[in-house]
Amino acid sequence: MSANPISGNGTSISRREAMRRGLCGAAGLMLTDRLACGAPAAAAEPDKALDKAPANVKAKSVIQIFLWGGMSHNDTWDPKPDSGREYMGDFGQVIPTNVDGIQLGALFPELAKQADKYSLIRSMTHGINGHETAAYLMQTGHAPGERLAYPSVGAVFALFKSPDYQGLIPPYVVLTKPAGRFSEEGFLGPKFKPFATGGDPNAPRFEVEGVVARGITDQRQKARRQLLDKMDVMGAAMAASPQMTAAKEAKEAAYELILGAGKDVFDLSKEKPELRDRYGRHTFGQDCLVARRLVETGVPYVTINYPGGWDTHKNHFQTMRRQAPQLDQGLAMLLQDLSDHGLLESTLVWCCGEFGRGPKVDWQPPWNGGRNHYGKVFTVLVAGGGFKGGRVVGSSDAKAEEVQDRPVYPVDLIGSIYRLAGIDANARLPHPMGMEAHVLPAPSEGAKSAGLLTEIM
Amino acid sequence: MWKTSSILAVVVLALGGGAALPETASNVFESSATPTPANELDRIVFAGLSKLEIQPVLCSDATFVRRAYLDVIGTLPTAKEARDFIEDADTENKRVALIDRLLEREQFADYWSMKWGDILRIKAEFPVNLWPNAAQAYHRWVRASLAENKPYDRFVREMLTSSGSNFRVGPVNFYRAVQSRTPEGVASAVALTLMGSRTDSWPEARLSGMAVLFSQIGYKPTSEWKEESVFWDPLHGSTVAGNVAPGRAAITTSTAAGGGEPTVLPANSGPQTAIFPDGARIELPPNRDPREVFADWLITPENPWFTRSIVNRVWAWLLGRGIIHEPDDIREDNPPSNPELLAYLQKEFIAGGYDLKRLYRLILTSSTYQFSSVPRFSDPRAEAGFASYPLRRLEAEVLIDAINQITGTSDLYTSAIPEPYTYIPQDMPAIALADGSITSSFLTLFGRSARATGMESERINNPVPAQWLHMLNSSHIQRKLEQGPRLKALLGSGRRLDELVEELYLTILSRPPTQDELATVAEYVQSASSRRDAAFDIAWALINNTEFLYRH
Repeated sequence: MSANPISGNGTSISRREAMRRGLCGAAGLMLTDRLACGAPAAAAEPDKALDKAPANVKAKSVIQIFLWGGMSHNDTWDPKPDSGREYMGDFGQVIPTNVDGIQLGALFPELAKQADKYSLIRSMTHGINGHETAAYLMQTGHAPGERLAYPSVGAVFALFKSPDYQGLIPPYVVLTKPAGRFSEEGFLGPKFKPFATGGDPNAPRFEVEGVVARGITDQRQKARRQLLDKMDVMGAAMAASPQMTAAKEAKEAAYELILGAGKDVFDLSKEKPELRDRYGRHTFGQDCLVARRLVETGVPYVTINYPGGWDTHKNHFQTMRRQAPQLDQGLAMLLQDLSDHGLLESTLVWCCGEFGRGPKVDWQPPWNGGRNHYGKVFTVLVAGGGFKGGRVVGSSDAKAEEVQDRPVYPVDLIGSIYRLAGIDANARLPHPMGMEAHVLPAPSEGAKSAGLLTEIM
Repeated sequence: MWKTSSILAVVVLALGGGAALPETASNVFESSATPTPANELDRIVFAGLSKLEIQPVLCSDATFVRRAYLDVIGTLPTAKEARDFIEDADTENKRVALIDRLLEREQFADYWSMKWGDILRIKAEFPVNLWPNAAQAYHRWVRASLAENKPYDRFVREMLTSSGSNFRVGPVNFYRAVQSRTPEGVASAVALTLMGSRTDSWPEARLSGMAVLFSQIGYKPTSEWKEESVFWDPLHGSTVAGNVAPGRAAITTSTAAGGGEPTVLPANSGPQTAIFPDGARIELPPNRDPREVFADWLITPENPWFTRSIVNRVWAWLLGRGIIHEPDDIREDNPPSNPELLAYLQKEFIAGGYDLKRLYRLILTSSTYQFSSVPRFSDPRAEAGFASYPLRRLEAEVLIDAINQITGTSDLYTSAIPEPYTYIPQDMPAIALADGSITSSFLTLFGRSARATGMESERINNPVPAQWLHMLNSSHIQRKLEQGPRLKALLGSGRRLDELVEELYLTILSRPPTQDELATVAEYVQSASSRRDAAFDIAWALINNTEFLYRH
């Protein structure tokens, strides 16, 4: 998938075409699986819902850092130094942070300096140990196995934020690769698919799919565009046709990204080299910098799919030694830089995997010191966008095996994110067949909940 | 591109009736011959146009060859096919002869099965859940019917009255490819698909009266995974306790569950009265499948619902707009733009024994089908009078097949739920894909039908910026241009520049370049840093040309 099939609201459609298509035309340009005109799949539903949402929107944008595979919690942000080598393996050491009483695993010295900016939820729980099912739950808030395929949080943002969002860049961007079908549009249809950039922001040239092409300089792009204009005999001969007008408008919008202001957002050479160094000269670090630039231009939702996995059944300690410092550097710098730019108050950052990892090290072959899937309790980092910093929510028990107090369920976490962004969790989602579907499941549908994270909001 | 545009495109038909075009363009796209009626169909259309004081213009040979290939077989002509046709000196007969040849091509059945697949909802997974094996069986039956040119009345009767396994009897899947398998849901699907009418525009009693005719359809799982039998089930044996909810067999549930004969007759087991959509009432005979009763009512020369819908739909498929428009929105208050034309097509279709290819041929060999697509008539009634051939973006499948043909590459099509019957040969063209669940991100992006409702409007050919990003600048297209063996061979063939450019134009736009175009290209090559890059850029500019991307 190279590009996001989002159309502008009302762009690329002639007045006559809009009238001909009637009510559902303009809103459903690319919604290929929408229901026909006259059916109750009201595309306007979210607008109504917004009226009911809190007026005080704190989180204008969201950056989600998804640690696919599931990062260990007791090696990182919920260390249990007293549980011994059986549990802590090589990482028994803890370090203090700039907030009294909060300690982190020793792999995170940079995040330790930023603890006042984020809160740690140490009692996240859902009990699911399968990657796909747990990822679906953590990215949609809905239990896997329901009859509908729900959209991810990012796609819901794209749906609710599109009406007011004026930017060139699509409203839901993924750096750099999509996470598979669970981070995507669900039944909302292809219009709400994330725009996955592809490429590597740490490479000399960040080749954003569809925006920056490999091996083609800007000069050649410009020359090609002129050539195309000259060769478009039909476009000239039939300029009076509404179809040609629509094609031309859509093409011009695309060129705003390829040659106009759009591509500049992805151009990291516009940043000071020292700043890029501080983020870390690795893909994740530069992902974080791109995310800040995207948020700066108003993109509502950015997902960073961590480049590399955390599914460390084997080689756990080696992988953590290699990978955790990059996460530490990039994420800490992101929080610092958002704060320096005055963006942290309006930008919500959340970081977690689909679950944690077994707090007890599996020393048996074939794992030989690995950690397995663990959904019973794990840790989520949240910051900004209305979340307070320097707090810890809930706790796990002495060995990080069970929730000790204040369980936090997926609907509590995701519901809090929606609340801070002014999205009504009870709002109806436009299902193409008009089926009943809501942003989050109601308590009556059996979703476990222990309440929104009001203690840090 | 994602911002709200303050300016909606306003339809400005700046050209007055018959204004002259720049010479190059008119040479490229139009013929100087004066159009004359070729058949009765034309006489009716021309009469309508002369009332509007419109003098239509014919398209050029180059435009015609491309149009005919794309419309009849959904496939771009090769450079040789285009050149042979353009150079053919038999200007009297060559257009008709081309149509006759194309109607016999293999791809005719592929392409039109794709169109039928949209309205018959041939899709394995959500939301219709035909399942992969059954989607293939359904498509195989549709394709074979089109290939043998099965008379349309038989085609529809088989669809309406077949019984048997979804894996073995293709047409039974018609009743499975509906989201709501209630009598009303099935009746709505029948009305939309075969009568071109949306039941939400009907008075309620009409739908409920018709639904009675579809109240005795049984669906029963077998012991084979995802197999299901569709059959006449007057006693509702497939809905008794222990079995599953009416019309929605849990396919993995064992048939043994609660099996045996029904012990309780349904409460409404007395004589049932159905009402046909034309208002006629009938008491259902106890010894006859009501689906047959309905088929007997529908499929007669006297029943206007039947032939009106199909001739109007075929017309809309070929000419981009129904005589009744939209073609699946037939209702009393949506009259045909040319009633005489519609009546004539119905009469001819019946006289020809419901022969679909004969109907195609009648339309495709008319002068009306050969009108220029250059917009030149300011009268708003021109469009509904079919004064011009309408511009339409190529369908997703046709577009990617054309790109693959030009470059000598192929695409991978997969299902999100991979299982046997979702793996297909690598070189299969997209127009031949049976199952709507077997797809690619390109097909999704370019608006392939979701096949959820069977509405024509599910296929979306409007341009959006993301499609342009993909065509202009994606690695997917770039890789095809730079590494595709066919294009590579052409560019590396050591031809003189003007020969190379001519071959590229014929390959991509199905016509030779004009002198102006040759000059433009030569100038570009001179200013470019490398001839190789310049050649790619020319191919790139041609596939990004609206002339390539649109039917015209």
